[in-house]
Amino acid sequence: MSAPTQSTPVLDPAAVAGAARGTLLRLATAGSVDDGKSTLVGRLLHDTKSVLSDQLAAVERVSRDRGLTAADLALLTDGLRAEREQGITIDVAYRYFATANRSFVLADCPGHVQYTRNTVTGSSTADVVVLLVDARKGVLEQTRRHLAVTALLRVPHVVVAVNKIDLVDFSQEVYERVEAEVRAVARELGVVDATTIPVSALDGDNIAERSERTPWYAGPSLLELLEALPPSDDPAHESFRLPVQLVIRPQGAARDEAHRDYRGYAGQVASGVVRVGDEVVALPSGRRTTVVGIDLGERSLDEAFAPQSVTLRLADEIDISRGDVIAAAADAPVPTQDIEAVVCWLGDAPLRPAQRLLLKHGSRTVQTAVRSLNGALDLDNLHAVPAEALSLNDIGLVTLRLAAPLPVENYSLSRRGGSFLLIDAHDGRTLAAGMVGATLPSGAPAPTEPEGDEEWEI
Amino acid sequence: MTTTVNTTDTKASPAVPGTGLDPGTQPDAYASTSDDRRLSQLDALEAEAILVIREMAGELERPALLFSGGKDSVVMLHLATKAFWPAPIPFPVLHVDTGHNFPEVLAYRDETVERLGLRLVVASVQDYIDDGRLRERADGTRNPLQTLPLLDAINDNRFDGVFGGGRRDEEKARAKERIVSLRDEFGQWDPKNQRPELWNLFNPRHRPGEHVRVFPISNWTEVDIWRYIDREDIPLAPLYYAHEREVFNRDGMWLAVGPVSQPRDDEQVETRLVRYRTVGDMSCTGAVESPARTNAEIVLEVAASTLTERGATRADDRISEAAMEDRKKEGYF
Repeated sequence: MSAPTQSTPVLDPAAVAGAARGTLLRLATAGSVDDGKSTLVGRLLHDTKSVLSDQLAAVERVSRDRGLTAADLALLTDGLRAEREQGITIDVAYRYFATANRSFVLADCPGHVQYTRNTVTGSSTADVVVLLVDARKGVLEQTRRHLAVTALLRVPHVVVAVNKIDLVDFSQEVYERVEAEVRAVARELGVVDATTIPVSALDGDNIAERSERTPWYAGPSLLELLEALPPSDDPAHESFRLPVQLVIRPQGAARDEAHRDYRGYAGQVASGVVRVGDEVVALPSGRRTTVVGIDLGERSLDEAFAPQSVTLRLADEIDISRGDVIAAAADAPVPTQDIEAVVCWLGDAPLRPAQRLLLKHGSRTVQTAVRSLNGALDLDNLHAVPAEALSLNDIGLVTLRLAAPLPVENYSLSRRGGSFLLIDAHDGRTLAAGMVGATLPSGAPAPTEPEGDEEWEI
Repeated sequence: MTTTVNTTDTKASPAVPGTGLDPGTQPDAYASTSDDRRLSQLDALEAEAILVIREMAGELERPALLFSGGKDSVVMLHLATKAFWPAPIPFPVLHVDTGHNFPEVLAYRDETVERLGLRLVVASVQDYIDDGRLRERADGTRNPLQTLPLLDAINDNRFDGVFGGGRRDEEKARAKERIVSLRDEFGQWDPKNQRPELWNLFNPRHRPGEHVRVFPISNWTEVDIWRYIDREDIPLAPLYYAHEREVFNRDGMWLAVGPVSQPRDDEQVETRLVRYRTVGDMSCTGAVESPARTNAEIVLEVAASTLTERGATRADDRISEAAMEDRKKEGYF
């Protein structure tokens, strides 16, 4: 066996440093069964040279053992024993790749098992969702559901990859028909920003490089598009919020005598920008003070912006503890004990009115009671229908009463300020993803065939 | 505004002469650009890790941080130092000692604990072998033997959360694991029944007897770790940098000649210029041939490497497709 020699690196140092200076884009994939999603992910990793030779060798070995003639790139992401045994993807897998000026965190979300749970999970942190559609099949019911979830979660960008374009002979007509369908559904569901691209994940057409086999397509390749997308919200256009995670008071434990009297409020800037000298308000108390210092480790900053993790020093010693929110004094949210929200139910046992739960918002957890269940999303017609309970993977509209006022915000204005978890108080399980102030698509009810006379009466 | 990064977070000089910043590397090579308020990816990863560390410190009663002296756990300690500055790290560090340590790493561990004023809890695999609770494996590898002492240490100290330096790019099973990952009363991971992890709201609540493992650097890759070590000038154990060592080749890996790794009759001992990409059980952790003596050189070397760090250096992970998953299900980190 040959020795594991390392060849001398020939990389350009500037390029390596450049990737680190570039931005981070969080990307989630979604799609139905057999639309080639794992192949697309494998292709992205392969074409950005993110698959190393020992990983590729393992994939080739397993593919051979299964009697396949070519390496099955889906095996790159199916990591669990049960997934390999059953040939399916069970859970969200995270993968990493980089180009010269951007790094990507890719959440690969399975399409069939618990698709709502997985798509909600992947979409909640995503800057962009890449949704696969089979060019031969066009927009399916599941495509509509995936688009509905990305619209509900307010993912800033959606890219619809019209896949298997090679199997329709690179037909412009087929692509344009699917594109028109996608546009219509996206508009109906309120998708913020959707782009379509004709691709062949299997052959690599329009993945990294623009394909010569789709001369009628003038747009960018998938990777070019992902590199060029503006990262999510510009902090300069948001209001400043910082949920306090910890109060830092070293007192006698300070490693440096100079910090014995240090008192700082540690947290991640959830939105906006804060500068030394800014007037801020602590919530829910409503006490006002001024920022006198911003620390990141032992480094002092003049300003901090989302999503930096910093520690704020304030002019006055007011009562602030973990769970409070420090906000810009000029436009602080009003704490409330009553909220309306859309929840994606992820618990095995159903949600019912009057149920008591825990709610986590920012760094604060409070008790809550379900006042009423005001409807659920019919996943076939994608509009609200009356409901008495929410089952696993259902999406519904609820009214909640909180045990203490929280400075929640409308999710449409702030993904961070408007999101919360519902938690089982007994075993700690996460039961739901919640979005304050969100609504279900109402739309005209789709025409339904009456099933019997009783139905017809109504 | 000041977003230029100063490399002053660790005042101590590098453990090896000449491992500081390469003169060719600008100190702000990894900094965020100041004009458009976009975090560089390294700053974004740092902010996420600090968020997780602080949130778990706030939520959990008695956390501990796994510290082996290896590069990932050193980066974890550095991030924790930043998260609580100027207060000390408010929890102890836990080392599961295989008894097959590289002596330089053990020395580095003790130095670091001393420098940061930490409380060190050691769970010793050797003690378990000595009193018969564990038996040495036929292949001599002790990595899989760490699980029982780890779980006992968690129970004995009533730790309800343990921070680890695991990264999702290391291995396929780890790629599926949550940042905050529940363990049942037997310490088992159930990959089919993981909690959804939504937005950046982390939920470590659990029943008595259960605990959570927390992986704040889940989203970092090996090259991110080295860029960060370079940028922050974090001192490391010297064996990460190129040095001459007596090694022999086994199954395509260079193993060091030492008390727990002796060459067989057909294995030639040679002196080679090597460094370690990972440090673990000395009997099954291989070195790679490398001339890289500085952090900046290692960043380039890792970026150009065609092998994963585990594929290149860990004999035990080559055993089967699911070696790591099986260990994790039993309670391994």
